[in-house]
Amino acid sequence: MKNPLLSLITFCLCFFFTDEIVKANTENAFLDINGFVETRIGTRIKNDPQQKDMSIGELRAQLETEKDFEEITFTMVTDMVIDPVLDSYTPDLESGKGIIDLRQFNILFSPTDNTDVKLGRQILTWGTGDLLFINDLFAKDFNSFFIGRDDEYLKAPTDAIKVSIFSDKINTDLIYVPKFNADRYIDGKRISYFDPASRRFKGRDNPIEVDTPDQWFDDDELTLRLYGTIDNMEAAIYYYHGFWKSPAGMDTESGKSTFPKLQVLGASLRTPLFKGITSLEAGYYKSDQAAQTDPLSNNSEFRLLIGHQKEIAKEFTLTIQYQLIHKLNYTDYLTHLPENAIKQKINHNTITLRLTKLMLQQNLTLSLFNFYSPSDEDGYLRLQSHYKITDDLKSTVGLNYFYGDESHTFYSQFENASNVYTAIRYEY
Amino acid sequence: MKQLKYLSSIIVLAALSVPCYALDGTEIMQKALNAYYYPGDDQRAQAHMTILDNQGRERIRDLTLLRLNLDSNDGKQKYYVYFNQPSDVKKMVFMAWKNIIREDDRWLYLPALDLVRRIASSDERSSFVGSHFFYEDVSGRSLEEDNHQLTNQDDKYYFIQSTPKQPEKVEFSSYQVWVDVNTFLPMKIEYYDQQKAVYRIYQTLSFTDIEGHPTVTKAQMEDTQTGGKTIVEYSAIKYSQGIPEKIFSERYLRKTPKKYFK
Repeated sequence: MKNPLLSLITFCLCFFFTDEIVKANTENAFLDINGFVETRIGTRIKNDPQQKDMSIGELRAQLETEKDFEEITFTMVTDMVIDPVLDSYTPDLESGKGIIDLRQFNILFSPTDNTDVKLGRQILTWGTGDLLFINDLFAKDFNSFFIGRDDEYLKAPTDAIKVSIFSDKINTDLIYVPKFNADRYIDGKRISYFDPASRRFKGRDNPIEVDTPDQWFDDDELTLRLYGTIDNMEAAIYYYHGFWKSPAGMDTESGKSTFPKLQVLGASLRTPLFKGITSLEAGYYKSDQAAQTDPLSNNSEFRLLIGHQKEIAKEFTLTIQYQLIHKLNYTDYLTHLPENAIKQKINHNTITLRLTKLMLQQNLTLSLFNFYSPSDEDGYLRLQSHYKITDDLKSTVGLNYFYGDESHTFYSQFENASNVYTAIRYEY
Repeated sequence: MKQLKYLSSIIVLAALSVPCYALDGTEIMQKALNAYYYPGDDQRAQAHMTILDNQGRERIRDLTLLRLNLDSNDGKQKYYVYFNQPSDVKKMVFMAWKNIIREDDRWLYLPALDLVRRIASSDERSSFVGSHFFYEDVSGRSLEEDNHQLTNQDDKYYFIQSTPKQPEKVEFSSYQVWVDVNTFLPMKIEYYDQQKAVYRIYQTLSFTDIEGHPTVTKAQMEDTQTGGKTIVEYSAIKYSQGIPEKIFSERYLRKTPKKYFK
């Protein structure tokens, strides 16, 4: 195992298990096993000559175990996936590609009364956005999201050490990722993307080539969150030191896409307001110095997100959000932009709408989520229906629809990846 | 010491000499709410819900509940609800801070995403976890929201007729409560629609004394219009085990406080 963090946990576990066998009959430890088996099938509704017609076709089994060793809780969640669309079965624990996707493998313990430590592979989330993220710079899996896997797969796992310190007023989370953990970004292998440099779509046969920072303890990430509750308002301050999580630059010599260095400083508020929940989040994205005047790299940005969630009728909720991404150093960007290059706008706006309706004693969930960008005039519509046939058996039908006029804008470039899918899942 | 004895006998005499005023409807309902929702300083219980539709199809919810009465004495409480079953919601946690004058604060923790979601809670009268109990049936409806009138009394029950002060906010026109004269536990509640017809019936199916608190151990909520009903059985009930307030925070959504579950 090349991953020192996972190796360390495996070592710890061997130690604890040995200990456990010794006192096997004297104690009744808390062991939990559950999971699911599902099949999920989907097809493109538009033709992409660079991809298979089938957008998803997989058999997935998840096994989740949790075991308590006195004060330490061990959690493992692992998926076995047979995925003929990607057709690659060699397990790669880093990218989750192949037959095994190890999603969680961690130990949680409290070294002091007001400290929790979670060590190992884990899923991390924070911030106030609904499917839009500013200060949550933990890895996302956009492939899973776009092809219609369950929503939980939008979050890719991270190998990290999370230390949480609690006090009456302010709580602190400090997360150290010893080796950069990129998003599971759109790389062309199952969804084609528009390459602005060549002005062509890149697909299955010519996927993106990247130069990913991969030096343990050098190419690391550090994240900090300070948070607390003032009356019923939740407030937080965030800091991130690492890299852009998806390719955001280009090495002109090698032609490979890169992940420039990035720091983010942000804050958020969330409170009940106007008979619903209102949230506000902002972040200053400081891109690496070298990238600041380089048109091929993401420049520094200011990001803002405002959201409101409300129950508008019985078991019918509405969420609306507005997100602004404002490019800083825009004049520099324009000055250095090569002729004929596609010019990005100074402001990128997104409006989202979510409608969720529960029916039939909450056994049927219908949901609509639409991203629309007025500045790019493109968007992405997600429709989902979940029906619980029994407590253990759930069926899902969904649509992912990308639209827009220009092939270079964010959602519009995936137009030919629009798909419908269905799934059936048995939980145990 | 002698003085103390003297003083205490005066107090006893004074107490005995107070004429025994009959309780009015609001006082009885206050006692009923206290007996049902507030016994002990805190409570831990396992709730096993069987949800049946009109064709007898069954769904199960298995929950661990922690409840804390806050010291503030104004009826504020905190709730922690951990899902054990069915497995698609296993390890999810629902947390609520019950407020009296404004809407409750509610959160849902989704472990697969490590997501702490805050929930808009304008409607208190919608299904709790897909059962026939409403959120408000589980957390308690504020005394001040209705007018309570004692309409009758026999050797077993006080009969209370409650009518909403803001009828446009609720789906019922009134409800009648059978309050046990000894324990003050509500034994039956009938909800009447705008046509004064019964459409929803709560029943306490069994109760027992636990640590000096009369405690409901089995109850049922029936929707007579759809023919569905939910039966909830409580077990492993423990009172006043000293659950700290900090349990009802984001920290323990992510780290199950198993110490208080066992």
